[in-house]
Amino acid sequence: MSSGYAKIFKDGLWENNGVLCQMLGMCPTMAMTTSATNGLGMGLATLFVMASSNLLIASLRNYITPQVRIPVFILIIAAMVTLVDMTMNAYMHELYKVLGLFIPLIVSNCLPLGRAEVFAAKEPVLPSFCDGLAMGLGFTAALTVIGAMREITGSGTLFADASLLLGPAFKVMELRLLPPGDGVLMAVLPPGGFLATGLLLAVKRMIDIRAGKPISMAGAHAVT
Amino acid sequence: MMPQRPVVHALILGIFCLVFGVILATTDLFTHDTIKLRAVEDLQNSLTLVIPASIHDNNPVSDAVVIKDGGRDVTVYRAMKGGTVTGAAYAIEGSGYGGPITLMLGVDPEGKILGVRATAFHETPGLGDRIDAAKSDWITRFTGLWLGHPPADKWKVKKDGGVFDQFAGATITPRGVVAAVKNGLEFFARHKADILEGRR
Repeated sequence: MSSGYAKIFKDGLWENNGVLCQMLGMCPTMAMTTSATNGLGMGLATLFVMASSNLLIASLRNYITPQVRIPVFILIIAAMVTLVDMTMNAYMHELYKVLGLFIPLIVSNCLPLGRAEVFAAKEPVLPSFCDGLAMGLGFTAALTVIGAMREITGSGTLFADASLLLGPAFKVMELRLLPPGDGVLMAVLPPGGFLATGLLLAVKRMIDIRAGKPISMAGAHAVT
Repeated sequence: MMPQRPVVHALILGIFCLVFGVILATTDLFTHDTIKLRAVEDLQNSLTLVIPASIHDNNPVSDAVVIKDGGRDVTVYRAMKGGTVTGAAYAIEGSGYGGPITLMLGVDPEGKILGVRATAFHETPGLGDRIDAAKSDWITRFTGLWLGHPPADKWKVKKDGGVFDQFAGATITPRGVVAAVKNGLEFFARHKADILEGRR
């Protein structure tokens, strides 16, 4: 069925990107992209949940009857999210204080459920795991870029507090691009989320048109 | 494929619920104590911000008393030196622009403020979040004040006829914090004897 792992990754990262193409997971996309670091952290947490839930669902797919598949998928995703929540609270507490409030949001993110339904429920274990990984990476990339756009224009910094997320070695990532107080406040307020996401969508469309690709209103279609 | 009878679906769903329930319970078992420890650490960290280390030789977390105030219980952490209470700290709550603002208030036995810090809030970044000590020194200006200095009717932001600065573009947040601190001091005044003597 699957025409190769390269396609799975190309799909997840660009062609069928969860945020930029499928337009799923808008709630965490808007809420968690006030800075690049927040977007990256939320993306990584979602990546972990998607890869593990896709893996589990694909390996159990022969035991899940179509009639109860949705509640079972939600159960598996919610269980993975709760696992992440408890583990982070216990062992990555500083990060948890930043992201903790938003971890439960992953359950309400349609993207893990969408990938479970269109991919993991039908495909073998390894491609499904890769799909979760690729979609998660695409999600992380989109959130980080949107976060960076909002952070640079809003606060004048880039990757502030990244050392909190990734460890002290990443202190060098923390940049100040504008003097304090010079940012456009709206960028970090909710409207900024819509503006940055919209801009990024437009840029992706432009690149696709330049490349001569037909523009389709892509839904969550399966990789076949 | 298995026979498509409702009971089969119910069983499948039930088994999945059971298995994941067990997995989550196991994780909870392993992380529960660590999470509790982290919460205590958080509490201790916020207490050290509002009670100077020099005035106590005890662990305020273990010398806490629960005071009944109206219908609610307030846990008061008491700083002690040589057996006498030298300060008390407790969480207070004000209403901000983005929902409740939780603060930790530390007072000395006379009701004079030792320190105030915002511990949890959702105020607008760049405007209301200046109540955070990391972003502005505004919150530190409460230190050394008490009810009566300034007088009770001046415990307001300047816009409302009081003495406290509001922020440019944000009045609701400082207004909520000033009211919360005032309420916190009044709470201490009401229960001073209980807090100092450790009665419940």
